[in-house]
Amino acid sequence: MTINKDSLTEETIFAEVCRLLGPFNKRGVSVTRTTNFSSDLELDSLAVMDLLAEIEDHFDITVPLNVLPDLEKVGDVSAAVLKIIKG
Amino acid sequence: MDLFDKFEPLLQAKAKLPFEDGDPFTVCMEKVISQTEAIINGRHTVLAGTNNYLGLTFDRTCIEAAHQALDEQGTGTTGSRVLNGTYAGHRGLEEALAEFYGTAHAMVFSTGYQANLGMISTLCGPKDFLLIDADSHASIYDGCKMGDATVVRFRHNDANDLDKRLRRIDASAGRLVVLEGLYSMLGDRAPLKELVAVAKAHGASVLVDEAHSLGVYGATGRGVSQEDGVEDQVDFIVGTFSKSVGTIGGFCVSNHPKFEVMRLVCRPYLFTASLPPSVVASATAAVKVMGRSPELREQLWRNARQLHDGLEKLGFSLGAPVSPISAVKISDQATAMRFWAGLLKAGVYVNLAFPPATPQGIYLLRCSLSAAHTPEQIAFMLEKFKEVGLALGEIGPNRVSETRPAGADARTIASPLTAGAAAATG
Repeated sequence: MTINKDSLTEETIFAEVCRLLGPFNKRGVSVTRTTNFSSDLELDSLAVMDLLAEIEDHFDITVPLNVLPDLEKVGDVSAAVLKIIKG
Repeated sequence: MDLFDKFEPLLQAKAKLPFEDGDPFTVCMEKVISQTEAIINGRHTVLAGTNNYLGLTFDRTCIEAAHQALDEQGTGTTGSRVLNGTYAGHRGLEEALAEFYGTAHAMVFSTGYQANLGMISTLCGPKDFLLIDADSHASIYDGCKMGDATVVRFRHNDANDLDKRLRRIDASAGRLVVLEGLYSMLGDRAPLKELVAVAKAHGASVLVDEAHSLGVYGATGRGVSQEDGVEDQVDFIVGTFSKSVGTIGGFCVSNHPKFEVMRLVCRPYLFTASLPPSVVASATAAVKVMGRSPELREQLWRNARQLHDGLEKLGFSLGAPVSPISAVKISDQATAMRFWAGLLKAGVYVNLAFPPATPQGIYLLRCSLSAAHTPEQIAFMLEKFKEVGLALGEIGPNRVSETRPAGADARTIASPLTAGAAAATG
């Protein structure tokens, strides 16, 4: 699947991140940009890294592990992806 | 704000665990009897989780070499390798390793952890890329964290995924692919042929950590790189003395013409004291014993098959095909703790492993075997696994459902605690 990267906005990226987050959201928490991976979703660093792998493949990008400490909330991820795509 | 407040959630999670039968984080070997037996909580216990693959901790040649070095050279070097901490023995050990691997260079570190930390953090700079397997050991993750390179993680043992991730990276950048021969938690080996071929097709360098595969795989025990016939394609092999070699320390061997510069730039090598002479002497003796003792490896594999097949026959679900590590999957955290405590009470010590030290959020009773185990000891382990497994409903007619929902408690124990547990096996 090829994605038209020019047409992506923070809004559409956030929606895709939420969809990819689905299988990790075992407690069925309703997700917003301020949902915290650790305290709200109870995901450990390994699970967040697994989620990032899905996101990398979906957008065909590299999300380096170096950014992991800055990704506390779901909104942090969509912002990081936007930054990587738009350069 | 107390500095320790951040550990409160971890301590609360720990307090909720069923510790009534024993705390897996405070096991003490009150008296060591042999490579395979010790007194724990006053009870005679068979050790089935020590990574002492060849049983060389009590090898006569190794003990005598250590005694002699201790008497002649004292208890420690009190210095770094680059200052006063290089003795003839350290040089001799590096020569023995280079000879064992047939490489031009060998460098000895004070632990296996430091070998990974040092090599990974130093080889790749700010403009370089590190590609690491998702299931990498903590020392590899920590090496990445200590360095300045961009770190990319690929799906465990997946050559196609590595290929995909290498494609996304600028091919003119320096790239190091970091692999392990045998993964320590589940005991699954890497398909090195496929992974190394992908790395080389992209022009990337390769480092293989043979911590758990040294002395176990390959015609002369050099590891999975040797078994898979890819040694000439692997740029750096890292290993440890704390498993098959039976003491402590780490190393890296390589044929890279500029390898020796590492001694001047690798901080975990520079800024720590060198290994004590007695440790160097027993490691040197053990490397030589390992090279000339294929019978130890053959015995280890017979033992591994006996335990693996026995556990499968009892109905347990194992993490990987037969290897000296048998990782028994347990359905949930509380049962895993009770099972571990039940085995210990019955006289069998295994490693209890939780996420995130384990992949896929699973709970493991991790057994590792030694060439020094007897068939009778392994039969005893199997008997106890059967008794405790039946009592807890993990096997047999009262078996509980295999797919318990992963509830809120599925990932309660955060990394510091499991990192401690994993340190015992890493």
